[in-house]
Amino acid sequence: MIEIEALTKDYLDLTVVDHVSMTVEDGELAVIVGTSGSGKTTLLRMINRLIEPTSGTVKIDGQDTRSEPAFELRRRIGYAIQGHGLFPHRTVGQNIATVPELLGWDKQKTAQRVDELLNLFQLDPAEFRDRLPSELSGGQQQRVGVARALAAEPKLLLMDEPYGALDPIIRSKAQSDLLAIQKRFGTTIVLVTHDMEEAIHLGTRIAVMDKGKLLQYAPPHEIIANPATPFVAELIGTGERPFRLLSLWKVRDLVEPGPAQGEPISADASLRDAYAECLWSGREMLPVIDESGALIGRIRRDDIAHKAERPQ
Amino acid sequence: MSIGLIIRLVVLALLVAFIVTPESFAFVFQPLTRNGQPAIYTQNSLLNLTLSHLTIVAIATIAATLVAVGLAILVTRPFGAEFLPLSRSIANIGQTFPPVAVLALAVPVLGFGTAPTLVALFLYGLLPIFENALTGLTTLPPTVTEAARGVGMTDRQRLLDVELPLATPVILAGIRLSVVISVATATIGSTVAASTLGEVIIAGLLSNNLAFVAQGGLVVGVMAVLIYDALSALERILMARTGQRREIS
Repeated sequence: MIEIEALTKDYLDLTVVDHVSMTVEDGELAVIVGTSGSGKTTLLRMINRLIEPTSGTVKIDGQDTRSEPAFELRRRIGYAIQGHGLFPHRTVGQNIATVPELLGWDKQKTAQRVDELLNLFQLDPAEFRDRLPSELSGGQQQRVGVARALAAEPKLLLMDEPYGALDPIIRSKAQSDLLAIQKRFGTTIVLVTHDMEEAIHLGTRIAVMDKGKLLQYAPPHEIIANPATPFVAELIGTGERPFRLLSLWKVRDLVEPGPAQGEPISADASLRDAYAECLWSGREMLPVIDESGALIGRIRRDDIAHKAERPQ
Repeated sequence: MSIGLIIRLVVLALLVAFIVTPESFAFVFQPLTRNGQPAIYTQNSLLNLTLSHLTIVAIATIAATLVAVGLAILVTRPFGAEFLPLSRSIANIGQTFPPVAVLALAVPVLGFGTAPTLVALFLYGLLPIFENALTGLTTLPPTVTEAARGVGMTDRQRLLDVELPLATPVILAGIRLSVVISVATATIGSTVAASTLGEVIIAGLLSNNLAFVAQGGLVVGVMAVLIYDALSALERILMARTGQRREIS
């Protein structure tokens, strides 16, 4: 659990982060979203003390982050950034092994962990372990960057616009990888982005920042339904609100027994995708299949539309 | 094997052959002599002069590298940043002194011989290495230095494991410039009785023997070109090995 209390950063007479307080529970994926200059990156970097706060405290599992040297704190916290920041003179394997080596893991355990992570990120260890980062594609470099951040099995992972430099297709793949990894390891993640779409897709809670202040910190449906300020509403986009709301639900949540005609839709697709499919194919209802491809029922367009209404 | 490499090897072989047995090349320099002057300098063995020349250059360059890189590391640390302008000025002053002036100033203090030459070459070699070390240490990709901090490396680990390895090719480029300048400048050391190839050139100038001047100059020039070439190749290898595509100055 991360408890941030009245955290403030001043540069001369400019206040970049202004008395921000928020709590991230274990296993949550908190997304800090805001425009450039909102102080979101500064807030993130104060958690692992890459930037020292002017005032306020950060506690991780009840322990004040200032109670140990900054470099030791950082070894316990995964850190992944935009443009990956891989060490260009070290191989992929050496890059991933960075933190385990700093922590003094034995060689065999480190090597095992490196291979395990490469496999997890769908990079064949035999093929990629001894390559230099410059020999990888952008998407592969990004995956190695996240693998390095996860190498020492941190309970907490900080990510600063990790997908900012990726094209949309690779980005959505990387996002679903991240969700799968979080599910598997139960890592608590704090992620910074300027993209509300990404925030809603990934976050269990979203913190909206503007001009150094935390405007709202709430689960995505709450942010969409009841934006705290006009700025939050603007960031969500008024015309997008019903669709953003739909994207939070899965077809599985609305499936009902009964037959339907035409191409089926996966139970794991979002209601947004299902609604789009209804509109596009002009159907009132869609058959629903599960992962194994078995028919489990149908979903009705009117029910979906109902879900898009503003929650009371 | 590329043509370029063959040419380099042939030139190197000719150079070594000439230094070891200069008399066998007498026919080449004979046309440059007048009035039955000797074609080949024999007062001192060319091999000894060359080795001594290279030793002086090597000692001066190693010393200059240690001091310049050490200084560059200090002034790029947070506590040393204030000294950056000062250290730049000192290195610049070292460069503006003509080597002859340094020799003239050093002789009364250090006496004749190798010592004043070493001082002149050392001072002269500082600036290119210092400037390049500064460039190398201050133009590292910001995401890489940020990541080094973010993974929890200490200041010392960042310097030794990330910053210096990545800056090495650029520092090496500075050493290359410095060595080439030193190989040429060391000849002047012979005016204060240092044992360098300058002795051959000076003997030629004193006795008006063009053959001596040519053979001394040729050996120095060819050595400079070959050393420059070899260090350039080493830089390219290091660049590739450290996964960098930065342009070399």
